[in-house]
Amino acid sequence: MSEWPLYEVFVRSKRGLNHVHVGSLHAPDDRMALLHARDVYTRRNEGVSIWVVPSSAITASSPDEKDPLFAPSGDKVYRHPTFYVLPSDVPHM
Amino acid sequence: MTTTVDEQELAARFDETVARRDRIEPRDWMPEAYRSTVIRQVAQHAHSEVIGMQPEGAWVGRAPSLRRKAILLAKVQDEAGHGLYLYSAAETLGISRQEMTQRLLTGRQKYSSIFNYPALSYADVGTIGWLVDGAAICNQVPLCRTSYGPYGRAMIRICKEESFHQRQGYELLLTMMRGTDEQRAMVQESVNRFWWPALMMFGPPDADSSNTAQSMAWGIKTHTNDELRQKFVDMSVPQAEALGVTFPDPELGWNEERGHYDFGQPDWEEFWAVVKGNGPCNTQRIAHRQRAWDDGAWVREASSAWAVRQQKEACHE
Ligand SMILES: [Fe+2]
Ligand SMILES: [Fe+2]
Repeated sequence: MSEWPLYEVFVRSKRGLNHVHVGSLHAPDDRMALLHARDVYTRRNEGVSIWVVPSSAITASSPDEKDPLFAPSGDKVYRHPTFYVLPSDVPHM
Repeated sequence: MTTTVDEQELAARFDETVARRDRIEPRDWMPEAYRSTVIRQVAQHAHSEVIGMQPEGAWVGRAPSLRRKAILLAKVQDEAGHGLYLYSAAETLGISRQEMTQRLLTGRQKYSSIFNYPALSYADVGTIGWLVDGAAICNQVPLCRTSYGPYGRAMIRICKEESFHQRQGYELLLTMMRGTDEQRAMVQESVNRFWWPALMMFGPPDADSSNTAQSMAWGIKTHTNDELRQKFVDMSVPQAEALGVTFPDPELGWNEERGHYDFGQPDWEEFWAVVKGNGPCNTQRIAHRQRAWDDGAWVREASSAWAVRQQKEACHE
């Protein structure tokens, strides 16, 4: 018998906040994954909403790609507000 | 019968959530009028970010140095990103991206009136950053706490990025003010043109703003147009003084009693004319957006065709 598929679990801790990845679990189908997630990850009021996503549906960047993906933003310091030196007497900025 | 009772219960729960100043999330029940109001506001906001790239984008190729060019490019790129955050937030309410684009192109959804004014001189790049992004920040900071969750979260991301926009604009103007008399005159002329349209960005006076009361009751808006406009004036006057420019308003002055600056009213007839499509650049802005959409068609088609081919190849393996 093949193993149940793996699901990634995301929990919204309270209204207004994003769902955050909390872990994963195995389940035979989507509905059961949701119920298991409730049992495993929200036993102490940790959430108001749960997403479960088959792990196979997630496309992730690989560690080898770290440089080509993220290095180009490293030398663009002008994207940060602190790059701009303003006199200290300019208020609200 | 049961549906009515259910709906009453759902509506009561919605009202309680809003009254607690808690957030409404996409899967919650919400009144249809709330849904359509949030869609209208978020779509209008998204369109403003996207159309807002045009006046400044026109200066990217004419920026006076590589440094200024890189900064302007980064800023315009951010605005495209802001548009995307907001379109995604609107899509959680069940409207498609394509539908919003069509509504913009056919004039059924609006964008901020400010972007119907041209950027005539390079100083305008600075003034737009300082005053237009400044006014946007005034509007957007309280929206981080708006009642619709995805909209508020998009605003948090956007506000983090806006600070650079305003500072680069102010720094640009500061640099010009340290230059020649001509450069100083250019800055003042630019500020004169943008001051009143910037004040109009907060929308009509409260007395004439038909949507404000309901939007405040629903927690979509948390401050009235006039409150935000006052806040913007109070923040901008000392910044203008530090820069060495004036605003073209003879009524502008500190009111000791109120603890705020008094200021004159923008020409509201001009505002309504611009909103109705008769500003200096309305036709040009939409034509440009339409052209970008049409010119991009082959890219969308090619990307879809590529995805289909990849899928087919994967199936044959
Ligand atoms: Fe923006
Ligand atoms: Fe901006």
